[in-house]
Amino acid sequence: MINKAGRDIPEEFLKEDQEGFQGQYYRNHYEYKKAAPRVKGAVGPQKSKLVKNIKEAVEKCGLKDGMCISFHHHFRNGDYIVSMVMEVIHDLGIKDLTLCASSLGAAQSSIVPYIEDGTIIGISSSGVRDEIGRAISSGKLKNPAIIRSHGGRVRAVEAGDIHIDVAFIGAPTSDAFGNARGKGGKSDCGVLAYSVVDSRYADKVVVITDTLVDTPNFPASIQGVDVDYVVKVDEIGDPRRIASGVLRMTQDPRELYIAELATKCLVATEYFEDGFTFQTGGGGAPLAVTRFLKPYMDEKNIKMGWALGGITQPMVELMKEGYIKALLDCQSFDMASVESVNTNSRHFEISTSQYANPLNKGAFVNQLDFVILGALEVDLDFNVNVVQGSDGIIQGAPGGHVDTAAGSKVSIIVAPLVRSRIPTIRDRVTSVTTPGESVDIVVTEYGVAINPARQDLIHSLSSTDIPLRTIEELRNEAYALVGEPRDIEFENQVVALVEYRDGTIIDVIRRPKGLE
Amino acid sequence: MKNRIRRTMMFLNTQRASLVKDPYVYGPDCVILDLEDAVAEGEKDSARIQLFNTLKYADYHGVEIFVRINGLDTPYYKEDIRASVAGGCNGIRIPKVEQASDVQYVEELVVAAEKEFDREVGSTMLMAALESPLAVMNAYEICKSSRRLMGVALSAGDFVRTMHAKRTTHGAEIFSARSQIVLAARAAGVMAFDTVHTDIDDVETLKRDTELIRDMGFDGKSVINPRQIAIIHDVFTPSEKEIRHAERIIIALEKNKKKGVGVLVVDGKMVDVAMIEGAKRTLELAKASNKYRGSLI
Amino acid sequence: MEIKHSALAGTMESSDVQVMIEPSNNGIELHLESSVLAQYGEQIEKTIREVLENLGVSNARLIVRDKGALDCILRARVQTAIFRANDKVENLPWGEML
Repeated sequence: MINKAGRDIPEEFLKEDQEGFQGQYYRNHYEYKKAAPRVKGAVGPQKSKLVKNIKEAVEKCGLKDGMCISFHHHFRNGDYIVSMVMEVIHDLGIKDLTLCASSLGAAQSSIVPYIEDGTIIGISSSGVRDEIGRAISSGKLKNPAIIRSHGGRVRAVEAGDIHIDVAFIGAPTSDAFGNARGKGGKSDCGVLAYSVVDSRYADKVVVITDTLVDTPNFPASIQGVDVDYVVKVDEIGDPRRIASGVLRMTQDPRELYIAELATKCLVATEYFEDGFTFQTGGGGAPLAVTRFLKPYMDEKNIKMGWALGGITQPMVELMKEGYIKALLDCQSFDMASVESVNTNSRHFEISTSQYANPLNKGAFVNQLDFVILGALEVDLDFNVNVVQGSDGIIQGAPGGHVDTAAGSKVSIIVAPLVRSRIPTIRDRVTSVTTPGESVDIVVTEYGVAINPARQDLIHSLSSTDIPLRTIEELRNEAYALVGEPRDIEFENQVVALVEYRDGTIIDVIRRPKGLE
Repeated sequence: MKNRIRRTMMFLNTQRASLVKDPYVYGPDCVILDLEDAVAEGEKDSARIQLFNTLKYADYHGVEIFVRINGLDTPYYKEDIRASVAGGCNGIRIPKVEQASDVQYVEELVVAAEKEFDREVGSTMLMAALESPLAVMNAYEICKSSRRLMGVALSAGDFVRTMHAKRTTHGAEIFSARSQIVLAARAAGVMAFDTVHTDIDDVETLKRDTELIRDMGFDGKSVINPRQIAIIHDVFTPSEKEIRHAERIIIALEKNKKKGVGVLVVDGKMVDVAMIEGAKRTLELAKASNKYRGSLI
Repeated sequence: MEIKHSALAGTMESSDVQVMIEPSNNGIELHLESSVLAQYGEQIEKTIREVLENLGVSNARLIVRDKGALDCILRARVQTAIFRANDKVENLPWGEML
């Protein structure tokens, strides 16, 4: 079928409950019965849930061929957990596993051979970067990978689209009963938001920590009542790569210029009023927007109600200075935010379900006024691709892109018009991650395009000195600079499905021609 | 066009591939493609060839392009001039000019190049950078050296060094040079440009410096980073009150010109026909900053 | 023009291209690597061949490592490599040939 985003979804992927994308709010009021894990009660007196090592935990969980296991990516580039656990599983000869990860990147490259030898046959993840992205793109994974946004992953787990047999949760601290936190210890990651759903919906839950603390380790992100086993290892990750010391403020004139334009757009809308709510990613331009907001808030004498999502130093500082009333944190990006979530009483840890699940009773993304997002490609229908690179290889992650774009009142995409020679604004995106109907404003250094569906925004912004262009004009400008791109050639083989946050299929990704 | 609004002239390293495509988006009044200090010795040939291709193929949407050639004490300037003229730049900025004959010598080479590459003779403007005590002493003579000379610019780095002075944020060490240069430029009827502000993060000093040189009569400033453009343009933007006043002066004077009256009162102040130029300049500046959309200019 | 000896131009920075040219008796041998090959490979090759033809280079081995350079940069780097391979830095034929 051709779905609502104009993408052709092969019939073989549309069976039973699996529908093609039908529009961003299609499943509003969708009724479903939540899945539930199959658990074993622990009735008698208990001394501890500690087991010797990961191997013993895997064996006691009864992990078998064909099961599904899960991981989180709070340790980002410093994660050791996935590699450690997968090595044990591989050595035990268990095969045909599906990995349900919140994201996968360079730190997990060690699993590529396990994809090749059939230990892993399925992957559900937000990001599949670097070598894993290449392995999936080249068709080495037996089943097509499923790309899910942060909200989409929680939804899939809670709705039972994917069932986790065993969840492996790396935790900076845990007590012997599995009350686990992202705080304290030697590998502090601030929060454990991605894992909350795993701990509640997996049949078996294993907490892996390098710092055992006295009971109770409260307030706990992962509740001991949900945990089967606790393993102590030497190191769960490389602390230096878990949270960047400081995300450097960009000095790139292009990024700063784009950020300035984006800020001007934001403040020119009617939603920029006292108590406005805001989310931005950790890229150069988005971070700068946070900083640029301050003088405009001064001028209007208003404050931000709360900032959401991945939290960074500029937000922490703004809160300290009294410009933000609360931070809602589901991922701490740097040392400043880790420190703040540990100490500041207005800096709250939230679960990814609270953050972005479209099928609970109202996630925070749906209360957002503004979100600032990046893009690899934007097309004439405002569709955005953040997953597939210019060579057709999967190299990015939707993260909360899809969720926040749909939930916010104003979504602002910031991107350079071209990257080296690759035009960002183009006729048609290689694959759709976020549908154009969720995208309101596109800011490039060559000008700003507003989605014609948002006449209200066009009205608000046209009385400013913001250089407004149509998306076609931006595309023309890009093509004039770099020439018209030739379409990437693909084989027929589908290597990944891009699932929309509500569970429908928004696009499929095929194997780039000639990629081995 | 020799005389136009040039608040900012932004230097761009011609050698850097990632920079060439879009300097105009930051809105400088003029771009200076640099073959001199920004380009390493061994890459002068490469930068020059890139310069030519940039001039030929890049679309700067009408933003004026100057080329800073290498100094007359180097082996490079002659070929720099040929490449710049062949590519069709709007003008050439000559570094380290010390006397009028330097400009005239470059002019000869430019004429030859214009003929060689079939460019209209006289179409390439020149500007001179004054970078030494001698250059500043000869400022008036240099300003009068050629009909092609659009303006002169102070270049503080070398000037301060050769003065045995020290670069400060208050600018006392270049105050006499600034005064002399703007005086000479005005006397000769050419434009005057202030030196670059090298500390990109020090926005306060840039602002103060720009206010100072604006009040002294300078037309604009050289820029090394796009982030400085908006700050400088802001300083050069007339206030709403100044714009209205300028409008009223022009309207009143035009109306009275027909009657033969040269002096009258606007906003409670005496004005005369000599003020019409200043009033028009105010509106030009306002227009350049998108603050004036009227039809008086 | 004849390629007298090997020469190098450009860098491996993003948006730039590195061009190495060597003498050859075998017509034009072009080895092209590019970060944007899938979308611009043909265009890049066409531009390179056009530059070679304009400067009358009919025998050369080129190793081109492209990092997404714009066409005007690509032209400049190939031209630079050719002139360097001829030790020619002055009196270049600015105009139609370039």
